[in-house]
Amino acid sequence: DALSTIILFLQNYPLYIRSIPTENELKFHYMVHTSLDVVDEKISAMGKALVDQRELYLGLLYPTEDYKVYGYVTNSKVKFVMVVDSSNTALRDNEIRSMFRKLHNSYTDVMCNPFYNPGDRIQSRAFDGMVTSMMIQVC
Amino acid sequence: MADPALFEFLHTEMVAELWAQDPDPGPGGQKTSLLVLEGMGFRVGQALGERLPRETLTFREELDILKFLCKDLWVAVFHKQMDSLRTNHQVQAPLRLPGTLLCPQGTYVLQDNSFPLLVRMASGLQYLEEAPKFLAFTCGLLRGTLSTLGVKSLVTASVAALPACKFQVVIQKL
Repeated sequence: DALSTIILFLQNYPLYIRSIPTENELKFHYMVHTSLDVVDEKISAMGKALVDQRELYLGLLYPTEDYKVYGYVTNSKVKFVMVVDSSNTALRDNEIRSMFRKLHNSYTDVMCNPFYNPGDRIQSRAFDGMVTSMMIQVC
Repeated sequence: MADPALFEFLHTEMVAELWAQDPDPGPGGQKTSLLVLEGMGFRVGQALGERLPRETLTFREELDILKFLCKDLWVAVFHKQMDSLRTNHQVQAPLRLPGTLLCPQGTYVLQDNSFPLLVRMASGLQYLEEAPKFLAFTCGLLRGTLSTLGVKSLVTASVAALPACKFQVVIQKL
């Protein structure tokens, strides 16, 4: 089954981390931290580019033997990183895009929740539920 | 599109409620109420800063963010654009205390000639001394939106004659 991890970062600390299955969490955390460097590189490269439309979706950050790491960044500098098992070839680029969009919309909802203090770790069950159903679909 | 009057009424009641609670209308109590209003605006601004920006990365530099405040934010909340945006990048010398470093700060002045929260009040100098109460929330709103977009700032407002007002945004560079 396809392993995957989703992490949201604000600046460079995690707001939310979720892995399925959970026993591989530590390995993924390390990988995601290194991918933050790649996200920052991509963002600064885009800054120098003269294209008008700069996308929020950063695409494949880097592939390893076993996994593929994808990135996405918002105007509020929140970074989303997703790790997917390489054996999962069924997952198309536009499906990853729409997953990130869903995450972004849910994160916006979290920001608008009066019980959420911006900068805190995300504890919303609604957010958890959305992430769970999304990751189950991938596996 | 929501009727602009809805927010105006709610805002009026917020200000009235905060001032009604205050048994001591002296300068100390006033300050707390102004801070409370500013804080409310800040949290709203933080959320709007996340919800409003478009589907692409639109901010290349600080000025783009200020323009966003003047157009997108102002239209969303007040149904009009800011009337003018002036920049005034200068190095400001703080009080000459030993060991203080000069911090280069960017200053922006946002001017609204017909600010919706003041328009129903007066045209001229009547109620001038009450005006700050009705600007505190909006100062926080600007500061909160800037905060979500990665900019730390200090926002103050001034009124010379209603309903025109100026918001001064001073960028804090750490």
